[in-house]
Amino acid sequence: MRRVIRKAFFIWNFREEEKWINEMSEQGLHLVDAGRFRYVFEEGEPGAYRYRLELLQNYPSHAESADYIAFMEETGAEYVDHVDRWVYFRKKAADGEFDLYSDINSRIDHVGRILTLIRILAVVEGICVVMELLAGFVGHVEAARPIAGFLACFEVLLLMGWKKVKAIHDGLVRERAIRE
Amino acid sequence: MEAIALTEAVYYILLSLDRPLHGYGIMQNAEQLSGGRVRLAAGTLYGALNTLLEKGWIKALEENGRKKEYEITELGREAVRREILRLRELLSNGEMITKGWDA
Repeated sequence: MRRVIRKAFFIWNFREEEKWINEMSEQGLHLVDAGRFRYVFEEGEPGAYRYRLELLQNYPSHAESADYIAFMEETGAEYVDHVDRWVYFRKKAADGEFDLYSDINSRIDHVGRILTLIRILAVVEGICVVMELLAGFVGHVEAARPIAGFLACFEVLLLMGWKKVKAIHDGLVRERAIRE
Repeated sequence: MEAIALTEAVYYILLSLDRPLHGYGIMQNAEQLSGGRVRLAAGTLYGALNTLLEKGWIKALEENGRKKEYEITELGREAVRREILRLRELLSNGEMITKGWDA
């Protein structure tokens, strides 16, 4: 039996998303298909899998990513699906612990990658806000004003998300000063 | 040569590659060598292997089937030797100082 659940997570809530997918798996609903705001689960034995979510440097179709995914599969993980550069891996719980990273440097790299993505989105979004503001208040295009307002709200959200991930990143960097 | 400290992951990867192994073999070997303490996660291992290849400390062997195997090079051995000297210094200094703590 398959079950489709629609749910949205912002980029900066990647930890919450991973936690939710694992909680679903604990209840016997295993993720088999991930889309934008859409998750397909298959019913099975509760707690049979552990899931991990990762932002890759390149799209999964890229040679480097394909090489990485093949490597993950060699080590017993299963590639479930991807949404843009986000990939979902799982491993049978019976095969033991499943972590993507085992040292602080690789964790910092991963969080840094997410931070860069949010930063790019925030810059692009910021430019859009300025353009709409100019159109609305300098060019006197009335319709641009509510759009500017809407985009500005989203920009604030992005900046809050950036701050959240930055705090995670900086915490890890501080930790690195004293340990591996 | 600049004095560098290897990460625990790199140290165990280099030791494991004393004989040709593929990725999963390295993970198993490192865990076994360390008595179950060191568990290399695949993402960390993958990144470290690529960096070690670039530095020439390990080499990739001809692919047999789909799994790529790796082996340590002379440069890699040199890095391990230097690391052992460093560890020996750490250990002897640590023991010398802490010896007096429980007296």
